[in-house]
Amino acid sequence: MFRNQYDTDVTTWSPAGRLFQVEYAMEAVKQGSAAIGLRSKTHVVLGCVNKANSELSSHQKKIFKVDDHIGVAIAGLTADGRVLSRYMRSECINYSYTYESPLPVGRLVVQLADKAQVCTQRSWKRPYGVGLLVAGLDEKGAHLYYNCPSGNYFEYQAFAIGSRSQAAKTYLERRFENFSESTREDLIKDALMAIRETLQGETLKSSICTVAVVGAGEPFHILDQETVQKLIDSFEIAGTEEGPAAAPDSAAEGGSAAEGGAASEQGAPAGEGVAPMDI
Amino acid sequence: MESIQAKQGLVGPNDPIQRTQLPYVTGTSVVALKYKDGILMAADMGGSYGSTIRYKSVERIKPIGKHSLLGASGEISDFQELLRNLDELILYDNMWDDGNSLGPKELHSYLTRVMYNRRNKFDPLWNSLVLGGVKNGQKYLGMVSMIGVNFEDSHVATGFGNHLARPILRDEWHENLSYEDGVKLLEKCMRVLLYRDRSAVNKLQIAKITEEGTTISQPYALKTFWGFTAFQNPTAGAEGSW
Repeated sequence: MFRNQYDTDVTTWSPAGRLFQVEYAMEAVKQGSAAIGLRSKTHVVLGCVNKANSELSSHQKKIFKVDDHIGVAIAGLTADGRVLSRYMRSECINYSYTYESPLPVGRLVVQLADKAQVCTQRSWKRPYGVGLLVAGLDEKGAHLYYNCPSGNYFEYQAFAIGSRSQAAKTYLERRFENFSESTREDLIKDALMAIRETLQGETLKSSICTVAVVGAGEPFHILDQETVQKLIDSFEIAGTEEGPAAAPDSAAEGGSAAEGGAASEQGAPAGEGVAPMDI
Repeated sequence: MESIQAKQGLVGPNDPIQRTQLPYVTGTSVVALKYKDGILMAADMGGSYGSTIRYKSVERIKPIGKHSLLGASGEISDFQELLRNLDELILYDNMWDDGNSLGPKELHSYLTRVMYNRRNKFDPLWNSLVLGGVKNGQKYLGMVSMIGVNFEDSHVATGFGNHLARPILRDEWHENLSYEDGVKLLEKCMRVLLYRDRSAVNKLQIAKITEEGTTISQPYALKTFWGFTAFQNPTAGAEGSW
């Protein structure tokens, strides 16, 4: 991205028909730490990498429950993400109050996209610097959407955003055709594998990642650290150097529990390609 | 300025207190019950202007969206206002074009909010509403009053129906009524209302809603019997009266 004379405010078009401020906002998403999402017919799993900026601090919250049937994972300016989550919660609860029914996720996503679009067309505003992976249910089943700072939204079978998300996307691209029929457990396993891809060799531990699930009959909830660690151990995906193409066995063999569980809780060294804004 | 605001139904903090409205053209009872395949709802077609039966072809049951029926008793113009409101709601719901749709439960909740909010502004919609429907195999039947009291039940009635029809329904309703039995039961209730409610007219419609859709019958009349001996010589026991 080159600095140029058309990028001072969001209401200026470039001669090539681009809005640079919006594109720069999308850059901010790419700088945030990774978030991934994948769905089957009945469940959606969200996962993200948590990096604390120092060993002394706690990590940023990147996955938010919006309603019993909707959750969101963010990447980019987490403050913007927090504000948008609050908006989404508000919309859901207002709908529930009037109609005593859950707001269909597809409609929430459009409202969110329209809200983002406004910021691309006002000279006194700036685009939201956060990408949102929205997981939710409606009458037609499970859905995963990605909302951009540009005001666009797309529906996905699986997606990854944030830094080093390309590795996760590659992993998901290879397998996404099977996700529709996946069981809940396989979906979570694939999510953990995808997260591991973004770590580039670092050991996958439950202290540096967060996983959340929503499904038919299962309200959105974030899995607790212990459960996640057990899953990492049972799927044997902690951080062995076997290539991502190896088809992992879903048989719970116990196996290398020692490597995963006994590792220190301090997490990864900070500042590894994480933009200051993300912290 | 104040009076314009008051006319528009908005009550500001310094406005004089508005009386609750008086209903002018009113419909009488609506009776409804759940049966095997869905909901059956009956209402006569009378619109009374006080004690005069002024209008005799008022349709008091209307389909709303794909999944619901709305029946109303009380002020007819308020019912029409509600229909206009719901029409817009359903329109926006359809415009999403996303496979989701407002079902009877959602509409019932929405109507409760509307009625309750109007009541809080001392500007009620003078209706008792019956909302019934079927969505994804689930039958739903509920009622909302003009002050926002709402509940769900297997059989409901408004107005005089509360007093005359509900005892019959309590005795004779059971799960999985066939269509014929449901209609017979409703007609029994409507006949009692016809005999005993002075604002009832002998021209009614029965509406049915199932998963497949809505049908509202053509208007028809119930058979009545007036050949009681007591009517032959009504003053027999009280000479001199008329």
